Amino acid sequence: MTLSLESVSKTVGREVHIHEANLTFETGSRNVILGRTLAGKTTLLRLMAGLDRPTTGRILVNGEDVTGMSVRKRKVAMVYQQFINYPSMTVYDNIASPLKLSGTDKETIRKRVHETAEVLHLEPLLDRLPAELSGGQQQRTAIARALVKDAQLLLLDEPLVNLDYKLREELRIELQQIFQRREAVVVYTTTEPTEALMLGGDIVVVDEGRILQTGPTPEVYHNPATLKVAEVFSDPPINTIAGVIGEDAGAIGKDISIPLLGHLKNVSPGEYRFAIRSNHLFMARQGPEDAEIDVRVELSEISGSETYIHVRHHDTPLVIQDTGIKSHKIGAEISVFVHPERLYVYDLAGSLVASPAGRRPA
Amino acid sequence: MGAEWFKETLTDSRLHDALWRQFLFSGLVLLIEMPLGVGIALLMPRKGWGVSASLVTLALPLLIPWNVIGTIWIIFTRPDIGLFGAAINNLGIAFDHTASPLHAWITLMFMEVWHWTPLVALLAYAGLRAIPEAYYQAARIDGASAWAIFRYIQLPKMRGVLTIALLLRFMDSFLIYAEPFVLTGGGPGNSTTFLSIYLVKIAVGQFDLGPAAAFSLIYFLIVLLFSYLFFQALQNVGKGEDR
Repeated sequence: MTLSLESVSKTVGREVHIHEANLTFETGSRNVILGRTLAGKTTLLRLMAGLDRPTTGRILVNGEDVTGMSVRKRKVAMVYQQFINYPSMTVYDNIASPLKLSGTDKETIRKRVHETAEVLHLEPLLDRLPAELSGGQQQRTAIARALVKDAQLLLLDEPLVNLDYKLREELRIELQQIFQRREAVVVYTTTEPTEALMLGGDIVVVDEGRILQTGPTPEVYHNPATLKVAEVFSDPPINTIAGVIGEDAGAIGKDISIPLLGHLKNVSPGEYRFAIRSNHLFMARQGPEDAEIDVRVELSEISGSETYIHVRHHDTPLVIQDTGIKSHKIGAEISVFVHPERLYVYDLAGSLVASPAGRRPA
Repeated sequence: MGAEWFKETLTDSRLHDALWRQFLFSGLVLLIEMPLGVGIALLMPRKGWGVSASLVTLALPLLIPWNVIGTIWIIFTRPDIGLFGAAINNLGIAFDHTASPLHAWITLMFMEVWHWTPLVALLAYAGLRAIPEAYYQAARIDGASAWAIFRYIQLPKMRGVLTIALLLRFMDSFLIYAEPFVLTGGGPGNSTTFLSIYLVKIAVGQFDLGPAAAFSLIYFLIVLLFSYLFFQALQNVGKGEDR
């Protein structure tokens, strides 16, 4: 199956939720829609499912216009951020419900429910009510409900966001395996760059209702076409610092000279915005070519086994992602280091000029 | 010496009648008001100006003092000048709640339903509004009918508020006093003499303070018993529902 959105837009009242979007998905593809909260991810899913009618544009399935078709007639399954199950039905009945409603015979239902329950490790819980399950088990049930019918389009709207860290990891790996065996278009939304990278496949980066960039996920990660994409696709958001490229040397920040190495050699002289991922900034010199940036520590936060150090170089705020748990004195004057070949170069309008990966996006 | 009063009260056949009358009244109230309230809540708009308009309209009967409610209905159902009473008499039906026990009950039930169904509707509406939109979407994707959505999503999700509505409506209707006192005064005969009205008759009307004191203790124990039973039921409400 091919699902295409042709110049689809959605306006509610005077608010534009989706600006003209063009997207195509193929059966067997795994697609991640990455964007911040309220970027329009859910609206896109609803449009694809047929829950909402686009204001303009058409939605095609295998080239056939299905724009006005009711969601019941489409082979769609959806998993939500909240754990959506029928509260008064057992896990078994919950999983069976889409099949029952489509008039499948009892024996087939029994077989399919057990198969699906096995994949999601719900076998021992089939007699329980949703309220008697943990959050992770409730979401597994909801996922099973979506998987049990052979939907051509499987939509997952931030399905793991309400689960704790451990469960999220666990379920994410399982989901990846499930997706791979699935003969369907899988579309998964998330706000987390790490999650998008782990799921792989193709990515659609969305911000404020606009599709910013599409392509294979690692490709987009290494070549964010605009500063906005780079910001959305980095956690913590990518650092930006002003600078210039001269004839035989460059400079970033306040007169920090950098040698023109690698991809920087091909950049024509002028003023640019340089972007540095927080994990490419180091607290110690890694090599002789590193640029040394003098900064003042403003805040240090620990997340998991990493430390995020928020610093300021004159007017430019920077975040450094340091491994391990370390404490830093607030107000301390320190130096951080970045290798020039790690710099993403953007023009003043925010379009990518050169990336460390060396490829310019088309 | 007090024990005799209890014995006298417990064997008082008029008290037994009042008690059964009270149960009948509360039972009918719940049977009518609960489904009607849920039905109204389901029909209420979910967005736009209609929300506040319907909320205010529903809340109006709840804002009127109880004795005023009784007075309003006295006038409303008067066979000569009352809008309701005169209209129905003009249709050829001799309707008079002061003469016929059945008519007195019908009038009381109408008044009670008009007065208190909005509370049930408001509670049910609050319960409905708390259901995330995603449930309805999921049901639409599954192809569930409107009945299935009501039976398997809305009703289970409203279970908590509906139990509270049931509790409140039972206790309130069991303790009802002001409205029937004003509207019928317990008559005609004793046909609308509920427990509270009977109690006041004994205590203030006949000045039998001894039996009245015993009676009020028994009345209190009945209410306490039912409150306890409902409280126990309420404790179990969370089960089978989403946390």
